[in-house]
Order: sequence, then C-alpha cells, then structure tokens
Amino acid sequence: MALEVNGRQIEVDEEGYLSNLNDWEKDIATVMAKEDDIELGDDHWEIINFLREYYEEYQIAPAVRVLTKAVGKKLGKEKGNSKYLYELFPYGPGKQACKFAGLPKPTGCV
Amino acid sequence: MAKNTFETPEVRTFPVIPKLENSATAHLSPFKSKEEFQTSLGYPGELVDNWQEKAIDKMGDLLGKYRSLRVYLDSCIQCGACTDKCHYYQGTKDPKNMPVGRQNLMRSVYRRYFTLPGKYFPKLVGAKDLTKEVLADWYSYYHQCSQCRRCAVFCPIGIDTAEVSMAAREVMDSIGVGQKYCNEIISKVHKIGNNLGLPEPALADTLEGLEEDVLDDIEVDVKFPLDVKDSEVLLVTPSADFFAEPHVDGLIGYAKVFHQAGISWTLSSHASEAANFGMFIGSYDNMKKLAMRIREAALELNVKRIVFGECGHAWRVAYSFLNTLAGPFDFLDPRYPVPQHICEITNSLIDQNVLQFDKSANDDMTLTYHDSCNVARASNMGGVMGGQFTIPRKIIKTVVNNFYDMDEETIREKTYCCGGGGGLLTDDLMELRVKGALPRMEALKQLIDEKGVTHMAAICAICKSQFSKVFQYYDLELDQIVSLHQLVSNAIIMNKKEV
Repeated sequence: MALEVNGRQIEVDEEGYLSNLNDWEKDIATVMAKEDDIELGDDHWEIINFLREYYEEYQIAPAVRVLTKAVGKKLGKEKGNSKYLYELFPYGPGKQACKFAGLPKPTGCV
Repeated sequence: MAKNTFETPEVRTFPVIPKLENSATAHLSPFKSKEEFQTSLGYPGELVDNWQEKAIDKMGDLLGKYRSLRVYLDSCIQCGACTDKCHYYQGTKDPKNMPVGRQNLMRSVYRRYFTLPGKYFPKLVGAKDLTKEVLADWYSYYHQCSQCRRCAVFCPIGIDTAEVSMAAREVMDSIGVGQKYCNEIISKVHKIGNNLGLPEPALADTLEGLEEDVLDDIEVDVKFPLDVKDSEVLLVTPSADFFAEPHVDGLIGYAKVFHQAGISWTLSSHASEAANFGMFIGSYDNMKKLAMRIREAALELNVKRIVFGECGHAWRVAYSFLNTLAGPFDFLDPRYPVPQHICEITNSLIDQNVLQFDKSANDDMTLTYHDSCNVARASNMGGVMGGQFTIPRKIIKTVVNNFYDMDEETIREKTYCCGGGGGLLTDDLMELRVKGALPRMEALKQLIDEKGVTHMAAICAICKSQFSKVFQYYDLELDQIVSLHQLVSNAIIMNKKEV
C-alpha cells in the first residue's frame, strides 16, 4: 500500500502506518489527517512534535499519562487530560496521533 | 482510520435469539502475520506448499497430545444448548458464530481424515476435505472466537470451544497462516519482554513519572521499584498498566497497597508482561517460552513471592499452568501460594485490618463489576470455591458505597466476554468487537437505567481497553470503565510520614 504525498509514493502498512519511519515529513501527517477528516492545527502539531521527540529518545510512543502530563505542563492544566487529546485525535492519541507522527502503532492490550 | 462500515447493534430490552443471517461476518478476517513474526515464533513465514498434508499431520499430532480435543470433536450431540450462548453470535447473527457451528468447521475436517465413516462415506457424516475455502473459513471464524468458554458452561457434555479454536490457530500457524496482532505481540515479548515493546529506559522513565505524580497528588513517597533485588514480591503485570488508561490507575493502586502494607516489591524489566498470548494461539512452546521469563526474573531478583496484576488470561495461565510451564518454584517462600493475584493480596490485607479506607472518596461513582472470562471460568482466588467472584466484589464493597451487580445471567460463571478477548483486541476486527460487546452493553445499560450506575470496574487489561473503545458506539463515555485497584487507590488512607 502507498500514500501519495507531494508526488512521492510513501509505503504504508495495511493500517496506514508508515512502513519506513524515516520516510516521515510534515506533509505526510497532513495527508494522513485529511484522510481521517482532520485538519491539523497548532494544537495537533504540539502533540505530534512531542510524540516524535519522545520516540527519538525512547524508541516507543509515550504512555498516555506521560503524554497528558507533558501537555499539561506545556499548554496548561486544563489541557493535560485524555479528554482533550481525544478531542484532537478522536480515534485515540495513542494510535491516531502516533500514525500522523510516523511512529509505529502501539501494540498489546491497549 | 477507516470509517464505520457497519452499524452498532440495537440494544434489546429483552434479549431474544436473533434470526440467522448466513455469512453475516464472513468478511471479517484479521490481518495476516508478517514473515518476520511467524519465524520468530518458530513457524513457517508463509503458506507452505504442501499445506494440506502438513495441516492434517498437525491435527493428528494435536489429537494425540490433547485427548480433550478428540473427545470434543467426537462427542457433540448437536443438541443446540450452546447455540445462543456466544456473544459473537448474538451480536453478528452469523450461524458459524454459534459455538457448535464454530466447532463443526474443525469437526467436519476431523471426520474426513480421522474417522472411518468419514474416510469412506464423507457425505453421510458431514465430513469435508480441507480445501482452501475451508481454510479461509477457519481463519475467519476461529478469529471470531474470544476463547471465553461461556458456551462450555451450558454444554451438557462440557465441550470447550476455546480449546478447539486454540488448536485451529495452532494448525494454521504451523502451515504459515498466522494472525498479525497476536504474533507480532508474542515476538515483541520474546525480543523486548512485553506486548508493547516498551524498552527498559522507557519503562524506568514512566515509573519515575508515576512516583512524581503520586507524590504531587497525596504527598506520600510511594515507590514504583524496577529490578530491585531481594524484594519480597515480584509483581508481574500487563504492560498496558504502564501505558494505557484506566490501567495505570490500577497500577497506582497496587503500589499504594504494597506501600501501606510495608511489603517490599519490584517490577522486572525482563518480565515486564503478565499477558501470555501463547495461549491464544494454542502454542504450548510459545506459552512456555513467555512464562520462563517470569521464572528467570524471579530467580535473578531473588524474590520470595510472585504476584500477578489485573490481567484476565494471564491469571488463567498463571493459576492453571505456571508451575508446569516454568516450575518448580521451590525457591520461593513456601508459606504463600505460587502465584498470587493482587486481589488476593489486597483482600487478605483487608481481613487483617492492615488497610483503612475512606469509601466516600468514590462517592462520585456508582459501580458495577464485570467478571472477566478467564478469571471467572478458568481460575480461582483465595482457595475457596467461587473466590474469583467473591473476592473482587468484597474489595469493591470495602472501598465504595454504591455497588450493584448486573443481571445474574450475565455475571460470575455466566459472564459475557467484553468482546475483545482471545487475541481479537485489534482495530481490524472493530466490527466484531462492537457487535460482540452487545450482551454486556445490554446488561450494563439496564443497570444504568434502573440503578443509576455510572462506572464499571474490571480486572483485565483487555476488558478495560475494549470497553474504553467500544463504549462510544453505545453512547457511553470512555472513562466509565475503571480498574478495580483504581477504586482501592482512591479510597485507601495513606500514612503520611512526618518530615
């Protein structure tokens, strides 16, 4: 399967996650989000950028709580909860936001 | 994400047996495993050339090893007692999701190759060749069974469809046809130690964060120790407890219980997973390999007891098979059972008056309790009959004021699966998960209407994730599912050390 971004064919798996994490660029997130009927605003990018930074350091997506805490610290306590994240990423910050950020899908009982 | 291509089933006031819809969910077939996951589990990477011969050989092998399988395939009298007992049948209306229908997929092949009448007069006895079409049906419908064993409760002969579906998955894996969700996860545990693929530094960072959170929250320095040698207890818990909500609130509850009781404990980065998906795919070898990590960690960390966190099938594997898979555990403290469930720990501390609670901390909720299938029908707690039902309820009633049970036909040994067990908690089966949740949603909604119940507690990582996802399809909020030890965590009175 492939996703067309700026004329480039980007390989994705059957669930739409990047096959090669190094392929990621900002426009990929935008195209993926459009497919899910989401227009990415600054709020979304805050999350996506955090996910990428965390992944860079730990080779895994952050736990939901780690993410909400980081968001709370940066954007204010009222936004440091999963309800806020679900508003941004209705299919779940863990899965949908990771996909946009070019991270692998979290697996397991989550 | 894929937009919904299915409708959420209508919640029925009086559950009736649905009218059959042939092949209603024949299109549901989870993603196949990649070659790398197959080989990491010891299976062929893709469908082997002589797959039919190999599959029959494997079936023969399993029939020889597991007498139960042969008995189950031989002894069904097609009485119909099981037909409407499966949540997937109720939610999908597909007759192949009737337990007997599911068993018959394998039974017809068994008759063809392993019984005399089936070899000579196949049509007379409903025997079928193992064709590509039959294999496709197996793959689809043996991945529409959550191995919850509710049907077995009602079968007069005691046929356990879960074992049939486990055997079918093992046969398919052995010819190179595996399921992505389960096999990717198992290969991650083999490599990294947990289902998530959470490496040690990330785990350490997450636990450190929890310590900060709890300190901020209650001003008590509750520890979440990792790889601390000579601890009393090794806690083995699903990795979802580190990652997801409401799971993590349960983990905080365990930590507070250990802290308050003064029991030294540790997590292990080597055995950072309680779940054992080897059972879901019917693979004894993989189940053993996964269980051995727990033994290795217990030896390495020189602990005296092994305690399991809130994970349904992990407790089945631990309670029923741990000793034969990874024993003997003669190096542990003989005064305690091996292993113990976290609910048994909390329960006995309640009995000894070691823990005190302020129930009013949970007054913003009215609770019910979902018995998880593997705990309910495949294990025990406390060494007393029915302890797996009474102990969790007793803990809840000790820490909350408002509690009601759901309809008796849907709880305890007759409990319904959440709809996501047995290796089906994957997005590619969302339609099945939503439909399979129907009977549980009906019982819950009845209680919401009649008693004003607001939250449901569970002690299984899969149940918690499944409900937090499917609730929205039934007009409920994702945070209406809670961890049992989250309730404990809210109500427990912690001693604040004087500074």
